[in-house]
Amino acid sequence: MNIQRIFTDMADADPEFYDRVSPRRASIRTLLRGASLAVLPIALGGMFKKAYGQGSPNTPLILQTLNFALTAEYLESSFYSTALNTPALVTKFNSRGLLADVTLLRDNEVAHRDLLIKTIRDLGGTPDPQPTFDFTGGKGQGGGPFADVLSNDATFFAVAQAFEETGVRAYKGQAGNLMSSKAVLTAALDIHSVEARHASHIRMIRQTQFGVNIKPWITGVTSGIPGTATQPVYAGEDNTMQSTVNIVSLPNAATQANITPNAATEAFDEPLDKAAVLAILTNFIVP
Amino acid sequence: MKDPNTLLQPQAANPADDQRALSRRRFLGFAGAFAGVSMLAACGKDDNNPSPNPGNGGVNLGSGDTGILNYAYALEQLEAAFYTQVVAAGMNWATAAEKALIADVRDHEIAHREFFRAALGSNRIQDLTPNFSTINFTNRQSVLESARAFEDLGVQAYNGAGQLLQSADYLLLAGKIVSVEARHAAYFRDLLVPVLSRIPPFWTQRPASTSTKCPMRCLPSPAPSSRKKSTQANSPPFKPPPAR
Repeated sequence: MNIQRIFTDMADADPEFYDRVSPRRASIRTLLRGASLAVLPIALGGMFKKAYGQGSPNTPLILQTLNFALTAEYLESSFYSTALNTPALVTKFNSRGLLADVTLLRDNEVAHRDLLIKTIRDLGGTPDPQPTFDFTGGKGQGGGPFADVLSNDATFFAVAQAFEETGVRAYKGQAGNLMSSKAVLTAALDIHSVEARHASHIRMIRQTQFGVNIKPWITGVTSGIPGTATQPVYAGEDNTMQSTVNIVSLPNAATQANITPNAATEAFDEPLDKAAVLAILTNFIVP
Repeated sequence: MKDPNTLLQPQAANPADDQRALSRRRFLGFAGAFAGVSMLAACGKDDNNPSPNPGNGGVNLGSGDTGILNYAYALEQLEAAFYTQVVAAGMNWATAAEKALIADVRDHEIAHREFFRAALGSNRIQDLTPNFSTINFTNRQSVLESARAFEDLGVQAYNGAGQLLQSADYLLLAGKIVSVEARHAAYFRDLLVPVLSRIPPFWTQRPASTSTKCPMRCLPSPAPSSRKKSTQANSPPFKPPPAR
């Protein structure tokens, strides 16, 4: 498992790396030797308390940020769990050979949720309780723009894509708030990239099994999701300015032309701030 | 001096870089962690016998955030060169739809490379010339497994380096790129397994039955134990995917 190698190399570049992650260098080496990435964030959770314990001046911001992320993880884990408890959907997943996919998505999101809850507790905080959700996007009234989300698998995967991509953008927007704790930041980055893998895979499911004209990456603001309800999930994804560099002004040696606008937007995923994410999530929460 | 066992060949050494903070040894470790190819042979040798002249064919990344960004620039150079070669080789093993998406991936990696090149300006490392001689570019399995390995390790590299960055702006930029690398990684997993549900496209689980085909398994175990083995320099730490 290459995470071990990365940790080792980080230690080469930063001799204090292990000390920063854990005061007890030997214990993390022992842990890493046998750990797969699947269990690593969970195991690391137990070390947060020791390495970055309660009382740090940065702890309130970290706790606030983790509880914000927890809202998104509650939504995703509950969404997949609900689907797998809905016989009409399970039948359709089975007929398409996608039951294992949805099951794994659920398991990943449940693991993310539980890691956040444990980390918040380890840091001396209180995890927010799980809201009640309205997966139709109707703010608790039911019958929202995705009224058939729990009976029509095409709608289900469209909403799943929107949730995953909201998650990617939410974590990306919060990374800066976690910089004071290297262990928490690294765990959040791991979750962030897994959400992106989910989004890519769901997009391929929609393209290959439902004929939706999308790619595994986000071209401009294209989502392949009907209607306007999830447009805010993609707002700003058509940006081509990165730092002070306009990507479309750069050369593509392989095509003998500049980098195209489509490639420029696909190559960089954009963040969303907390207010924008909450505005999206609110549509799916029963007040 | 050209070393056929080295994945990333610096085109020109820059003696002015000798004083920079990240040493050649560390660069080799970084590059080896990502590339996993024969670079590590040189890495092991170097660990046992630190070079008295690190400027001779070495690469210095620079210190602090510049060093981390140069590390990312090196990774993006590697990926962009790989996909440029994949597409140029014709992809006769791919469907039209696959060819289009893999050309997309090439363009994304070129965009990343050119972005770092422009953003780093005069602080950037020199151009690197990869050696992909262990990859069979006419073989679907060889190309796709190599692509998956590059993308998975790229994701891990960005995720691991995030905590070393001092600037929140750079952390955000790395975040913008790493999620695209993760999308690529999931896509190549989907291509390797046409029945999507048979193997998840996520890093978190890999059925044991496929593990022997995974290039990552052939990477060396981490220091310190492996670095004590005198045989490391003679045994390639990375086995290319089986050509079929």
